[in-house]
Amino acid sequence: KKSNRKINIDDYKDIWVFIETEHGKPRNVGLELLGQGRNLAEKLNQNLVGIVFGKNTDEVVKEVKDYGTDKIIVVEGEEFEHYNTDSYTIALTKLINEYKPSVILIGATNNGRDLGPRVACRVKTGLTADCTDLGVDEDSGNVAWTRPAFGGNIMATILCPDHRPQIGTVRPNVFKKPEVEVKEHCKIIREKIEVEPKDIRTKRIDFIKLASEESVNLEEADVIVSGGRGLRNPENFAIIKELADVMGGTVGASRAAVDAGWLPAIHQVGQTGKTVGPKIYIACGISGAIQHYAGMSSSDIIIAINKDKDAPIFDVADYGIVGDLFEVVPALTEEIRKLKNI
Amino acid sequence: MNIIVCVKQVPDTTEVRIDPETNTLMRKGVPSIMNPFDKNALEAAVQLKEEHGGTVTAITMGPPQAKAVLKECLSVGADKAYLVSDIAFGGADTLATSYTLASAIKTMCDYDLIICGKQAIDGDTAQVGPEIAEHLDIAQVTYVTKVKVEGDKIITEREHDEGYEVIEAQIPSVITVVKAINEPRYATVKSKMASNRVEIPTITSADLVVDEKMLGLDGSPTKVNKIFSPPKRLSGVMIKHDNGKDSACELIQKLTELRVI
Ligand SMILES: Cc1cc2nc3c(=O)[nH]c(=O)nc-3n(C[C@H](O)[C@H](O)[C@H](O)COP(=O)(O)OP(=O)(O)OC[C@H]3O[C@@H](n4cnc5c(N)ncnc54)[C@H](O)[C@@H]3O)c2cc1C
Ligand SMILES: Cc1cc2nc3c(=O)[nH]c(=O)nc-3n(C[C@H](O)[C@H](O)[C@H](O)COP(=O)(O)OP(=O)(O)OC[C@H]3O[C@@H](n4cnc5c(N)ncnc54)[C@H](O)[C@@H]3O)c2cc1C
Repeated sequence: KKSNRKINIDDYKDIWVFIETEHGKPRNVGLELLGQGRNLAEKLNQNLVGIVFGKNTDEVVKEVKDYGTDKIIVVEGEEFEHYNTDSYTIALTKLINEYKPSVILIGATNNGRDLGPRVACRVKTGLTADCTDLGVDEDSGNVAWTRPAFGGNIMATILCPDHRPQIGTVRPNVFKKPEVEVKEHCKIIREKIEVEPKDIRTKRIDFIKLASEESVNLEEADVIVSGGRGLRNPENFAIIKELADVMGGTVGASRAAVDAGWLPAIHQVGQTGKTVGPKIYIACGISGAIQHYAGMSSSDIIIAINKDKDAPIFDVADYGIVGDLFEVVPALTEEIRKLKNI
Repeated sequence: MNIIVCVKQVPDTTEVRIDPETNTLMRKGVPSIMNPFDKNALEAAVQLKEEHGGTVTAITMGPPQAKAVLKECLSVGADKAYLVSDIAFGGADTLATSYTLASAIKTMCDYDLIICGKQAIDGDTAQVGPEIAEHLDIAQVTYVTKVKVEGDKIITEREHDEGYEVIEAQIPSVITVVKAINEPRYATVKSKMASNRVEIPTITSADLVVDEKMLGLDGSPTKVNKIFSPPKRLSGVMIKHDNGKDSACELIQKLTELRVI
């Protein structure tokens, strides 16, 4: 077998989950991955380890502990307050070299997909991108990483047989958060890692928060109501917003609607927009192109409203309403208002 | 500002399917295009050059026919273009691809900035940009929506769920750009004809100082084990009444039965 780095694979043990934090709290995707990490740990008979970086991590550690981790490795310091490519890469690489994990799961967020390749390249191992399914290859005991490619048209299962750690970024919202299960013996290890200022080559000098009505956290929304070209103009998005509001949801959009300038790009769902996984996804006036579907295929329930009975969106919708959205959407808003007495 | 732009030739993914008989990709007859995000990368480079002077060099790693995307780059503002091509580079994953590209970049004149697309629409990994930065041991900023140069630094805006991070980075650095950064310009008939006449040099593994074990398939730690068609979601219940209100009521009733609302 060819392998350019002679490593003894048996030296590498444990399943690590990198917990991304935001405002001193773990992001959902890290918790989702703890469930997947637990599965792998059980199948491979190894420990599940949470990796937490931050300035104040107490709250995060407390929460992560309750998701079945055997161990948590914590790195605290000013340089870890916000995600920074260099400081996070230095710290994670140092931990990898010291502890030799077998597997690392990282959420496929913008930051996770910034960190993953940098670290994988530094330790010269393989990285599978944006996975939607994880398993163990029966023959070899390697992690079998499954991911969509070609804009969701195909799926590929990828192995990293001769290198360690095996690293993958995993899409948010594909897996459910596991049940809380308090462990009696979760070992907490604090590692002091100092990063020299000269080794930090980028600096976050400002943060421009979008006005609250513009800020959209589609990735963590339970209900998303999306509009497409069928809306015809930006003003008509008001009916989408109303339906989203009565359902406690967030507004999404197809690329056609974004390209037309009707909504800012952060609303875009799809291959080149956000990947979402709400409980309910309502597509209004969206045809259902594969690139749109790629971003919302893991929604629990997909509802489509389209006047064309042959629109491809109906092939993937759990409930399809054939009709004029300008009639159906306001009627839905009205009925839900009645139901909820608001 | 000397800028290198990495561009990839990709199949138009809307038309790629799996052959159900052989379980392999059916690429036959699928048109090849320049990766859409790389058009934004090139446009960003050309705009910086227009403001600060310097040169824009486009490079691609791929088979000889990938020269087509380099010609396209030359027709919309790139000054030079190189094809990085060798049988030894075949079958590369992102680690080997970025190693090869970084090694090719090292042979070029001084550069201040390397611009990549956010991701390629075929492999979809978004890993090549950051890995090039690591091989070259320089800074990186990903998902960039704005870039300007200030002295020996660049100031960028980077996409974030709740807004934008403003990130300052040292030069040289690698940035990967999203579609929102600009509107790529079109070639003119004249610029197309001119670019067609340009000879594009090919860089092979003999031109590079590389560890051959890190190239191509052998240098790739990840192995594609199998490919398959995505599982189909079963289509569900269709609701079609003459008026919208009846349809809405039926849907609400179904959702209430499921206890999701
Ligand atoms: C590389 C690449 C990346 C892409 N990335 C994305 C992405 O991330 N996200 C994305 O969404 N797209 C993406 N696309 C674009 C995608 O292919 C489609 O073009 C796009 O999704 C179409 O948007 P739409 O459904 O809103 O518009 P259309 O396809 O024009 O559909 C509009 C629909 O509205 C219906 N309609 C019209 N009027 C009414 C009415 N009164 N009532 C009810 N229905 C009505 C019509 O029947 C039609 O089905 C990408 C494309 C490429 C090539
Ligand atoms: C189905 C499938 C799944 C795969 N999954 C993985 C995986 O999980 N991990 C992995 O390591 N490899 C994977 N690969 C291999 C990977 O697609 C190739 O290494 C590819 O050459 C580069 O990756 P990308 O297309 O994802 O590019 P990205 O990393 O998405 O491209 C980002 C940017 O890098 C630049 N760039 C990328 N490729 C080139 C090039 N050839 N020349 C010039 N510039 C370029 C462009 O600016 C581009 O916009 C997979 C391949 C297939 C067919």
